[in-house]
Amino acid sequence: MNELIKKLVEAYGPSGFEDGMRDLIRPEIEAYADEISVDALGNLIAVKKGSGGGLKVMIAAHMDEIGVMVTHITQDGFLRFTNIGGVLPHNLMGSRVQFANGVIGVISSDRLEDRSKIHPLTKFFIDVGASSPDDCPVGVGDAAGFIRPFLAQGKRLTAKAMDDRIGCVVAIETLKRLKTTPHDVYFAFTVQEEVGVRGAMTAANHLDPDVGIALDVTLTGDVPEARPMAISLGQGAAIKVKDSGMIAHAGLVRLMKQRAEAAQISYQLEVLDGGSTDARSMQIANGGTAAGCISIPCRYVHSQSETVDADDVESCIKLLVEILANPINL
Amino acid sequence: MNELLKNLTEAVGVSSNEKEVRLLIRDLIANYVDEWHVDALGNLLALKKGTGASPLRVLVDAHMDEVGLMITDIDSNGTLKFEGVGGFNDRTLLGKVVQVGPKKITGVIGARPVHLLEANQRNSVVKIDAMRIDIGAKNKDAASGKVKVGEFAAFVTEYEELGVTAVGKAFDDRAGCAALVELLRARPYPFDLYASFSVQEEVGLRGAEVAAYGINPDVALVLECTPAYDLPNENDVSSNVALGKGPSIYVMDRVTIQDPRLVGHITRTAVANGIPFQIRQPGGGGTNTAVIQRTRGGIPAATIAVPGRHAHTPTMIINLEDYANVIKLAEATLRSLTPDVIKRN
Repeated sequence: MNELIKKLVEAYGPSGFEDGMRDLIRPEIEAYADEISVDALGNLIAVKKGSGGGLKVMIAAHMDEIGVMVTHITQDGFLRFTNIGGVLPHNLMGSRVQFANGVIGVISSDRLEDRSKIHPLTKFFIDVGASSPDDCPVGVGDAAGFIRPFLAQGKRLTAKAMDDRIGCVVAIETLKRLKTTPHDVYFAFTVQEEVGVRGAMTAANHLDPDVGIALDVTLTGDVPEARPMAISLGQGAAIKVKDSGMIAHAGLVRLMKQRAEAAQISYQLEVLDGGSTDARSMQIANGGTAAGCISIPCRYVHSQSETVDADDVESCIKLLVEILANPINL
Repeated sequence: MNELLKNLTEAVGVSSNEKEVRLLIRDLIANYVDEWHVDALGNLLALKKGTGASPLRVLVDAHMDEVGLMITDIDSNGTLKFEGVGGFNDRTLLGKVVQVGPKKITGVIGARPVHLLEANQRNSVVKIDAMRIDIGAKNKDAASGKVKVGEFAAFVTEYEELGVTAVGKAFDDRAGCAALVELLRARPYPFDLYASFSVQEEVGLRGAEVAAYGINPDVALVLECTPAYDLPNENDVSSNVALGKGPSIYVMDRVTIQDPRLVGHITRTAVANGIPFQIRQPGGGGTNTAVIQRTRGGIPAATIAVPGRHAHTPTMIINLEDYANVIKLAEATLRSLTPDVIKRN
């Protein structure tokens, strides 16, 4: 599975520019899906037909990652940029980014007058080795993603874009392992989550599922001086109860707990103070959807070293398989 | 003199009160479209049937509403308290002439004269809730006879052309409306073209959301007037867009990533037709494209805009060549739009 994770996390796919991600995921699922389609916004949707008597279930994992977009090229050929999604300025110094055309840039900033303060994003720039706008290989409006090699050290897996390629991996593995299900399951690999859960909104409008389950990373409270949060790496799949954009369907949370306990899958309950997932979009689509989220605990979210635990990933896959293989009675 | 721009910008249509503009546009397009109707929110929706060559259903949107004021109370001294409708910077309001209510009563947003200001007052911004509109009424009763609470007030700026530039109010987005009228007056397109002259954009993209839901097109194009900020010359920064450099094409703003396939199609069309264009600096702002794109199962959408200086103030300036090129680029974009442009891998 590390091979698949490496392939997905190292690929380019800032929000709005997920074409390459679709090309990578499609061959992984083709043999296991009954139908594959791409909708108007670019969501990749794989259907596994049920044996009958079940519900219409939508699983959402987003393909996009945070990134940057060029806003200005200076007279000296440096690029000023804006954020695509939640880019944190203090994670930027010395980072490398790559554009769709392969050009790689190094990020630095204007001189810091006061080292105890971080510059705002507008004071950072990208150096692609150009010396003027004329010899600059990229232009205003071009998007770039961060680059950083995948690292597997024991159970700990570290990469950029673990958010949410690891969710995509959970979806792919679930689809592979799910032998039979009573439900029609729609695995949606969504676009534009990082800029406001946009892709899942149109996918859910279109699919109109009975139940929606998002697969995404969540924060942890297990590092020094962390904001208090009862989620730790290695303690199992996180069953979301609430985040700042959604209160999970209580019946769905209960069912997730029951399935985890019955199959002896380790889990923890998640209450997230800041942030939301595709589950929010699914919950309020059309006339409403019973929505929840299985989260993969992740340290250093929105940095280039997002870190998850391989056992947690396995727990998430097992839990989702258990949920989908059995009746969903809400 | 461009009569279309003159008539459209001088008409009054503060968000949710767009009737005057709607009636004007209805009469301008009635002979050039096959059907038109007004939906529940007040959007004017028109259909111009195509030649039948293409199966696409294409929506072009421009919003009719403009930023303005709403009267919220009448003081005992006969002056009118008000709130902003749409986004304002309070600094731009003092001393401006407004037209109040359906009778278009002339009023002035009063300011204490400079002679009477304390030193510290000269350096501070007066907040909108401390401002009043003076309609020359001597007391509350006199004012109540002319104006009612809940009525709107709009700016008063006559349209004027100064060589290649035009001065007026509400180019945001009557310039887009005028361009859309011109597109409807052209010969039929290969596909059915739906036009939405939408309401309530300035208060949160509300009209276009229901217009797009009702029409449910395959592709949408939004015609806008986007703020140019090209006068102050700071140290090596880009203007958002600049006047005279051609139609501005959106890539990303605060609420939308434009469809890259359409952005590519528009820029290629510009190059092929020798039409100048500029990429609007990615970052803040937002247009009806946001809500149209995310309607129903999703609609590929993009934005072409006329650059306009001094947006959301009583007076804007546009470049008439930019305006003409927006029409040219939008028409060329539509005529070369095929289902292949939005085909997915």
